[in-house]
Amino acid sequence: MTALLEIRDLKVSFRTDDGVVQAVDGVSATLNEGETLGIVGESGSGKSVTMMSVMRLITDPNAQFEGEVLYKGTNLMAMSQDQIRSIRGAGIGMIFQDPMTSLNPVYKVGWQIEEQIREHEKVSRQAARDRTIELLTSVGIPNARERVDAYPHQFSGGMRQRVMIAMAISCSPDVLIADEPTTALDVTIQAQILNLIKKLREDFGTAVVLITHDMGVVADMADRIAVMYAGKIVEQGTQRELFYDPQHPYTWGLLGSIARLDRPRPRRLAAIPGLPPSLLQLPPGCAFADRCAHRFERCGEQPLLLDRGGDGHLDACHLTRQEKQDVRDATIHPELVEERP
Amino acid sequence: MTDDAGAVLPLLEAGPDIAAGEVLLRAEHIKKYFPIRSGVLIQREIARVHAVDDVSFELRAGETLGLVGESGCGKSTLARCIARLYDITSGSLVFEGNDITAYSRRQLRPVRRDLQMVFQDPYASLNPRKRVGAIISDPLRIHKAGSREQIRQRVLDLLELVGLSSEHINRYPHEFSGGQRQRIGVARALALKPKLVIADEPVSALDVSIRAQVINLLDDLQDELGLTYLFIAHDLGVVRHVSDRIAVMYLGKIVEISPAEELYERPVHPYTEALLSAVPIPDPDLSAARQQIVLEGDVPSPISPPTGCRFHPRCRYATDICTTEEPPLTQHGSLGHLAACHHPLTMGQQAQLGGPAAALNLTPLPAARLVPARPGPSIPPETLGTPGG
Repeated sequence: MTALLEIRDLKVSFRTDDGVVQAVDGVSATLNEGETLGIVGESGSGKSVTMMSVMRLITDPNAQFEGEVLYKGTNLMAMSQDQIRSIRGAGIGMIFQDPMTSLNPVYKVGWQIEEQIREHEKVSRQAARDRTIELLTSVGIPNARERVDAYPHQFSGGMRQRVMIAMAISCSPDVLIADEPTTALDVTIQAQILNLIKKLREDFGTAVVLITHDMGVVADMADRIAVMYAGKIVEQGTQRELFYDPQHPYTWGLLGSIARLDRPRPRRLAAIPGLPPSLLQLPPGCAFADRCAHRFERCGEQPLLLDRGGDGHLDACHLTRQEKQDVRDATIHPELVEERP
Repeated sequence: MTDDAGAVLPLLEAGPDIAAGEVLLRAEHIKKYFPIRSGVLIQREIARVHAVDDVSFELRAGETLGLVGESGCGKSTLARCIARLYDITSGSLVFEGNDITAYSRRQLRPVRRDLQMVFQDPYASLNPRKRVGAIISDPLRIHKAGSREQIRQRVLDLLELVGLSSEHINRYPHEFSGGQRQRIGVARALALKPKLVIADEPVSALDVSIRAQVINLLDDLQDELGLTYLFIAHDLGVVRHVSDRIAVMYLGKIVEISPAEELYERPVHPYTEALLSAVPIPDPDLSAARQQIVLEGDVPSPISPPTGCRFHPRCRYATDICTTEEPPLTQHGSLGHLAACHHPLTMGQQAQLGGPAAALNLTPLPAARLVPARPGPSIPPETLGTPGG
């Protein structure tokens, strides 16, 4: 497996009136060919800012970037705007959360897709249009020949997201970044869209970065998962490791706070107490310590994202593997543990 | 299937698992149509949006009725009709023995003491120019619920009740996070000690960890204050967690209503089955093992809903009768489990199709579920059991 996209120690900060907001704080991740990487975290954890930075879509003059993003060995962070434009769309496609605001309401959907094709490839207008109709058909839009001349408002949310996907794959990118692609959609439509992404992945071997807050979605889709909290990756491992052997107390909290359909109903959900820390003044030690039931003296110092078991499963928590094993079940499913004879 | 179809109003009798409280609210044949007008000088009604179309149910004191469905199915409209924020096109609404269907604003005022609402968007539902103290005390002042000092004390009590501190009283909504704002919304709804709280997607806008906090809060408040909830959400996991009974809506109609656990174990309506199977399961092996039913297309327009059963264009069991005849709500399985379908799912059918009931049946845990070298959260299979039983 070769690394298609490699993020090396990315830091993104924003200067504001109140001080410097450290939105992304030393994130490193790799996306291999044909792989799906899930990035999980709550709002403000830096997952979107990370991927927006990768695409160089943050143009705020108050933003400061450090680190490297290598796409097939070339550093995207050092590219000019013209150079990055040739990568966006053609090499890396992106789908955004809100399909209403990410399509231009005053242009026909077909035109918006054609524009992208013609920007990246020297093809005739007619060829671009034919390709657009083909794309719309392949993402499951019925009557694509007629619908190509419709405006975004004439589509439902799910259909608009399909249009976004058609646009993102129009130049056959090898990387597809999907930022909360189904958050604004109903579960039934979510299932349709996720199936569509799976199909594209199989048909074209596209590597996918899937940003989401829904553990259920990554359980269905991702090969590897990174969990982000307060601008840092706190745990990273394969899908199985994350779900069946989670190492960071924040991951336990995420797993415990879901009202799951596949388990008996607990009396109470294991909620994480408190709020995420302000990114303006992060605590010197572990950012999760204030909300963590297992904090001890060492949590005052910053835990590094390390491979503590020698198996490639990284976590940023000072507890040892054994200590975690002892307290984990009681943190995720307190009631099931209580009932155990 | 015992009920004579359509002869009697399919209301719920007290089922075995349901709090045997008295009927707090009875909604019968509620319809809410929104006219679509066109024309320059003379506005002609050209069509109607059938937002809520003949919905009947009962709420008993102390229970939580969950209301689920996709966006546009009419669940929020129904909530607003019940709170009388909308006038009802037809039907009747009896709250605590009084028919409030046609009450005027003035007549409604005492009713509103007992019937409060928590809204979805904690950013839009709090006035940004008012301090928290004023927001929570508004209902108290409108209803003249005591002297200035008493009201202040009550506000402090409420803040404590919902897990905020007394120093928050002079702050503005923008100084709070989403979860805290939703707590303020809950405090405002509880200010007048209501009997019924209608919560319209109260946790949808919140992050997962905060969501769990607010759900636990609503749970605790129900125990402490004996509240009755009508809980609307599109997240089926959340609804299962909070509800005693659940009603599933599709295009303005209740298609299935059932005791909560039974709905998840034995869904009768194909729409419920599809909805359950679309919920992502945070367990890779279970997720891979189950067979999802993916509904084609979108919810049809409520302006001209399909004939017969409204679900038939998307239903995989649909036959001719479904296109012509509208199925009534009839009883299936245990008392209080009603569904409106010509081809109700039976146990055999679900197992054979690998529907959600089969997929969710977790006993016993497959051995492959645990990572052999380092066993995961090692919950012994016997404690997982079949949900609810």
